[in-house]
Amino acid sequence: MSVHEPDLAVHVEDLTVAYHAKPVLWDVDLDVPPGVMAAIVGPNGAGKSTLLKAILGLIRPTAGHVYLFGRPYAEQRHRVGYVPQRTSVDWDFPTTVADVVEMGLYGRLGWLRRPGRTERARALSALEQVGMSDYRDRQIAQLSGGQQQRTFLARALVQDADVYFLDEPMAGVDATSERAILEVLRELRDRGKTVVVVHHDLQTVRTTFDWMMLLNVRAVAQGPVEEVYTAQNLHATYGGQVALLEGAGLPGAPG
Amino acid sequence: MDAIVTLLGDYTLRTVALGAILLGVTSGALGSFAVLRKQSLLGDTLSHAALPGIALGFLVAGGRSLSAVLAGALATGVLAALTMLLLVRRSRLKTDASLGVALSVYFAAGVVLLSFVQGRAGAGQAGLETFLFGQAAAILRSDLWIMAAVTALSVALVVAGWKELKAATFDPVFAASLGLPTAFLDAVMTAMIALAVVLGLQMVGVVLMSAMIVAPAVAARQWTERLGTMVVLASTFGAVGGVIGALISATGRGLATGPLIVLSLTVIVAVSLAFAPNRGLVAAAVRRARSGRALRARQVLATMDRLAREHGHPDYATEQGMLDTYFGTSTAGLLRDLEERGWVRRVEHRPEEGVHWALSEAGAVEASRVPTDAGRDAGRHAGRR
Repeated sequence: MSVHEPDLAVHVEDLTVAYHAKPVLWDVDLDVPPGVMAAIVGPNGAGKSTLLKAILGLIRPTAGHVYLFGRPYAEQRHRVGYVPQRTSVDWDFPTTVADVVEMGLYGRLGWLRRPGRTERARALSALEQVGMSDYRDRQIAQLSGGQQQRTFLARALVQDADVYFLDEPMAGVDATSERAILEVLRELRDRGKTVVVVHHDLQTVRTTFDWMMLLNVRAVAQGPVEEVYTAQNLHATYGGQVALLEGAGLPGAPG
Repeated sequence: MDAIVTLLGDYTLRTVALGAILLGVTSGALGSFAVLRKQSLLGDTLSHAALPGIALGFLVAGGRSLSAVLAGALATGVLAALTMLLLVRRSRLKTDASLGVALSVYFAAGVVLLSFVQGRAGAGQAGLETFLFGQAAAILRSDLWIMAAVTALSVALVVAGWKELKAATFDPVFAASLGLPTAFLDAVMTAMIALAVVLGLQMVGVVLMSAMIVAPAVAARQWTERLGTMVVLASTFGAVGGVIGALISATGRGLATGPLIVLSLTVIVAVSLAFAPNRGLVAAAVRRARSGRALRARQVLATMDRLAREHGHPDYATEQGMLDTYFGTSTAGLLRDLEERGWVRRVEHRPEEGVHWALSEAGAVEASRVPTDAGRDAGRHAGRR
């Protein structure tokens, strides 16, 4: 496979995804340079999670392709960390927090190899990073929403990836957890990692992220937050709902 | 005692019991994963879908050849599983509905084929209907070798693919993002369950086989919070239920083994649901009662605190009769609880008056932590009880 756009952490071209002949994503291009914290923002049903899943090869797109650091996704899988929505699993599963975190290493362990002391140590240090080391032996059924989310984040951290994809990591999470999560994400970016977050809260985009994409089935706009975060773009993305956003302090908001 | 020794010496019983153990171990281990994947109905679908295969196997072989019958059962079972997967992927039906559709269509076809086979001359003695509820006594020593092989295979699969199966069961999407072959694991797991079901056909039959898959796993889940322990426990429960069922059926003439095995498993499930620590119903009721009592005790504390304030006197002694009236029930037990924690103390008054209680310093601090609204509401709630 040839190298294509090697200077971009994520390069998505002409991505189209359809469920039952209805397009959920239409002709989406996405470019994320390395070392930024990027937010994918858009209304409900805009296809944000679908975009992540299509990038990660979890959904087969109708058309389009995905390159990470210049190579197709399949060759770069080991450089990717993923944090799915925490509500996507049943937390009443018989296992412990540390065990869930170790699952992040199952991909590279290979068949027949069991996680051992090295893997346990990495899991514990990831739990420390997210402020959950006291919970390592806790049953996952006993965790609060924020703790579940931090457990998932720790599971992605052990993947030691170059680009992280997170699906709504701040949804339904307490303030402590949100701070802990943001702290970890900033740290990752400061270490040169790329962080791509599906995000629902426009308020925090400007304070937290340095790159953003506005998505509503089509890619409405993308780039540095200060360039993209305009009343016009938000209106184009959210349509009539833009009235709700006036509190968000839009530069050049009408009225 | 003698009876048991005689029973254990019985050749048929030994064969049946061994078969039941092997079946219990296999279906317990595989069933744990099926139940955790919310595919409890999978065993049901696979076993009911075996029926048309049994009839077809009979037709093709022209007689009651066990291998032909079981091969047919496996074939239509797998076909039903594929139908289910296709429905999930290609239609808007969810897994449960798809399993239900596959189950009923294949079972209906099976019943039609069965009546067709039985209507033919000479097929009356075919005894195909024994596959509906099983006929354990018909199991031969040679069948045990096949059962042992399948048990070894499924145990080997679970051990070898342990972490992959665990990840794919807990979070299939994440497992796929790691590059684990989740579709392949799905297929292998389904095929193994189909194999276990086919094995169980002779023992417990088409109709009750799904209980072998679901019951041990459900019971085991009650006792543990570790997947490894759950799988081992489920296998043990499966084996124990199998042996008990076989033993009971051997004590009397005409007692069907398969249903007795399922009934034994049901008892294990019932006991587990009721008495398991943490997850059991009894434990939950005790927890509720305890927290209810603790809450009511705090309400008493808050009421005493309010009375003390109203009287402008921190050491104000409340007469127990007043509290009883306020809460509409005896508060003696609750006050003893509070006394044990050092939050209230008994105050000696004139003997002709009732018992009086005053808040201790610690009790006053604790009472201030009870939100006043909660205290007032609580008083009303406690009164209603």
